[in-house]
Amino acid sequence: MMSTAAAASPVKAVTRSRLFWPAVVLAVLLAANLAFTPDFFAVRLQGGHLYGSLIDILHFGAPLILVSLGMTLVIATGGIDLSVGSTVAISGALACLHISESTDPGSLATVLTAAGIALGTALLLGAVNGLLVAKVGVQPIIATLILMVAGRGVAQLITDGQIITVTSDPYKLIGGGYWLTMPFAILLSALVVLATVLLTRSTALGLLLESVGGNPVASRLVGIRAMRLVALVYVFSALCAALAGLMVSSNVSAADGNNAGLWIELDAILAVVLGGTSLNGGRFSIGGTVLGALIIQTLSTTVYTIGIPPETTLVFKAFVVIVVCLIQSPAFRAKLAARGARARRTARPHAAAPTTNREVGA
Amino acid sequence: MRQQPVLEVRGIRKEFPGVVALDGVDFRLFPGEVHALMGENGAGKSTLIKVLTGVHPSDGGEVVLAGERVRIAGPLQAQQAGISTVYQEVNLCPNLSVAENIFIGREPRRFGLIDWPAMRRRAAELVRELELDVDVSAPLNSYSIAVQQLVAIVRAVDVSAKVLILDEPTSSLDRDEVRQLFAVMRRLRDQGVAILFVSHFLDQVYEICDRMTVLRNGRLEGEYLTSELGQVELVSRMIGAELAGLDQLGGGKRRERTAPTGPAFLQADRLARRGAVEPYDLDIRPGEVIGLAGLLGSGRTEAARLLFGADQSDGGTLRIEGTVTALRSPRDAIARGIAFCSENRKTEGLVGELTVRENIVLALQAARGWTRPLSRTAQDAYALKWIRALDIRPGNPEALVRNLSGGNQQKVLLARWLITDPKLLILDEPTRGIDIGAKAEIQKLVANLAEEGMAVLFISAELEEVLRLSHRVGVLRDHRMVAQLDNDGGLTPERVMATIASGAHA
Repeated sequence: MMSTAAAASPVKAVTRSRLFWPAVVLAVLLAANLAFTPDFFAVRLQGGHLYGSLIDILHFGAPLILVSLGMTLVIATGGIDLSVGSTVAISGALACLHISESTDPGSLATVLTAAGIALGTALLLGAVNGLLVAKVGVQPIIATLILMVAGRGVAQLITDGQIITVTSDPYKLIGGGYWLTMPFAILLSALVVLATVLLTRSTALGLLLESVGGNPVASRLVGIRAMRLVALVYVFSALCAALAGLMVSSNVSAADGNNAGLWIELDAILAVVLGGTSLNGGRFSIGGTVLGALIIQTLSTTVYTIGIPPETTLVFKAFVVIVVCLIQSPAFRAKLAARGARARRTARPHAAAPTTNREVGA
Repeated sequence: MRQQPVLEVRGIRKEFPGVVALDGVDFRLFPGEVHALMGENGAGKSTLIKVLTGVHPSDGGEVVLAGERVRIAGPLQAQQAGISTVYQEVNLCPNLSVAENIFIGREPRRFGLIDWPAMRRRAAELVRELELDVDVSAPLNSYSIAVQQLVAIVRAVDVSAKVLILDEPTSSLDRDEVRQLFAVMRRLRDQGVAILFVSHFLDQVYEICDRMTVLRNGRLEGEYLTSELGQVELVSRMIGAELAGLDQLGGGKRRERTAPTGPAFLQADRLARRGAVEPYDLDIRPGEVIGLAGLLGSGRTEAARLLFGADQSDGGTLRIEGTVTALRSPRDAIARGIAFCSENRKTEGLVGELTVRENIVLALQAARGWTRPLSRTAQDAYALKWIRALDIRPGNPEALVRNLSGGNQQKVLLARWLITDPKLLILDEPTRGIDIGAKAEIQKLVANLAEEGMAVLFISAELEEVLRLSHRVGVLRDHRMVAQLDNDGGLTPERVMATIASGAHA
């Protein structure tokens, strides 16, 4: 009896990997761009800075990667965080307000204080979300909807309905500057991704989160302090969003309470799902989420490079997302394979064995 | 009688990652028979049923239904082809009425609207045909699980009446309810329905079945007439060469026991929770096995949950090692050395999408907190040690626990708590729905743990099992502990039953 089918082929091990399909989709999207822009993969060094489409994708995708990272852990616990977009706006608004009101906007100390204010506030906002979900027991979608709606208003209150512009070189670095030839935003997001992987996988945090998301009742009976963990991931998600908010506002040197981070929560949820983490909670994949965020950013880039008219952009995106989701669904792939097999069978009708109605004694 | 089978499968094969669950299995089902599918846990019974009902696509072989080769692509196609299934857990909507549950998805319509009177009338007819006393307009959850199951059968038979598959239908029924179910099964059989019956209760199989198919390790062992195969032979066919384990269960010999004396590990004094269990007293000493007996729903689980902090008591006191303790959560109880294996393995025990290894270390890791992870080496060592010690199959620590059979899942759950080195182990129905071999192993394990000084609270609906293991038996009835009987050799199942029935010392 063959009892180790899994060990049979290394190819199968690769295709069964959770990251396989997201990676394939990303590769196909990138390759599609190559058809329209032959030098799409070209990266050149100019004045000590790296330039190229791939760099752009990483650069502009950095805020989404950060927001999706926090969203991944929230979704792993079976929750969802709709308030990240508003947190992005609030964080940018607070930081820009502090810098614009300071006497020395160009000093490092001012910028660090501004970032501190933004992150500190996010800590508070995340704690409120976490408290509502974990302690009060409000459904995550409702609990975070409160801040999603109210947060936009708060951001506009902070900016007084205006767009606050700042001129500060250290602040500009976060989202728009370069460091060691790379856009600083890429390095920062890579650092946070790495830290999150370490935080979840070299401690038991990942396992316990997956357990809470996979079976909350069993997790309580096994003695996991679920309340604390769940509250923690909402705080983490808010911090990630605040960092993204700094990046977004730094990149344009302005805080726009209305539009900063608008709908980014939906892109983040999509990135998590594309990355193979189930909305039901449980198993999560940070690598998958990063791939998912890059797929979405690549898609946005593609829309521009192949010159799709702006009014049909959303339809095009929706279409690609549907296709991507179908390709990633094992049930859909099985159906396709079955259909293919049937088509081959009907091509050779003699292959189908006739049924013999055996008579049997009973 | 020469007859053509209504359902026949040939050479069916099914693989899961790392496991071959079915390997060339043949199986036939004739109209108007009750056919038992027998085998140990992991033998492939559930997988075969899932292939027949289209839950899993098969990887090879063919299914012939009423003389025609069919491909069952999903549960809906299976139903349309005439194969209906009633699972162990009832898959109905408890908040809808009985009639709605019977007709959900195929409501009788008039002018495009649901014809409620017709639905109720037809539901009432169906229910009457099977001689059930059920008000079809009452919500389903106003009836016991047993009646809900019968409603599920009524629905299944009305949807498609050729083949009815009953997967462990009796595991949560009491004696009278089983009798009622069997009456319905006989009536359906006489109407020509082919019934496939899966159960771990050998007596029930011999009472109701005409023929049986035995599987072992994913392969066909043979097909037999019930009248031609004795129980001992059947068991030996199910477990194959491992006959050695048989004398432990066949004889039902009780261990020589002297009840441990000394200070109690846990003392419950008038412990109670409104609506769940009336005030009760209970002492458990190290090395002692206390059995809890009583009908389903008599409050056994509720009583145990108070000792684990899963529910909080609202009356009485609990002393652990002499100190008065209020358990506010399972975490409190675990910190004091108490472990609890829930009767609902899937919903309250395991995390299905995690691996065997992860499930085994979960309780220990939870106690350490997330900042103090167990190293991967330590996790592997724990997992491998207990996979070997409890013979968990498949023996792959990275297999997903939801792909394991019930008995093996139960062992994973046991391993999870044993590595926390508990002083009191609470086992709620640890042998329900698992096969005879695993049952004997678990019983032996419990006895050994007690000998090594662990206190055990053993809850089971099977009196023989409770009496075989326990030093003392607490009897519950209607959420009240009515008696505690010393199991000093003179205690018989009959006497426990009489106590349950009379509600007082017999």
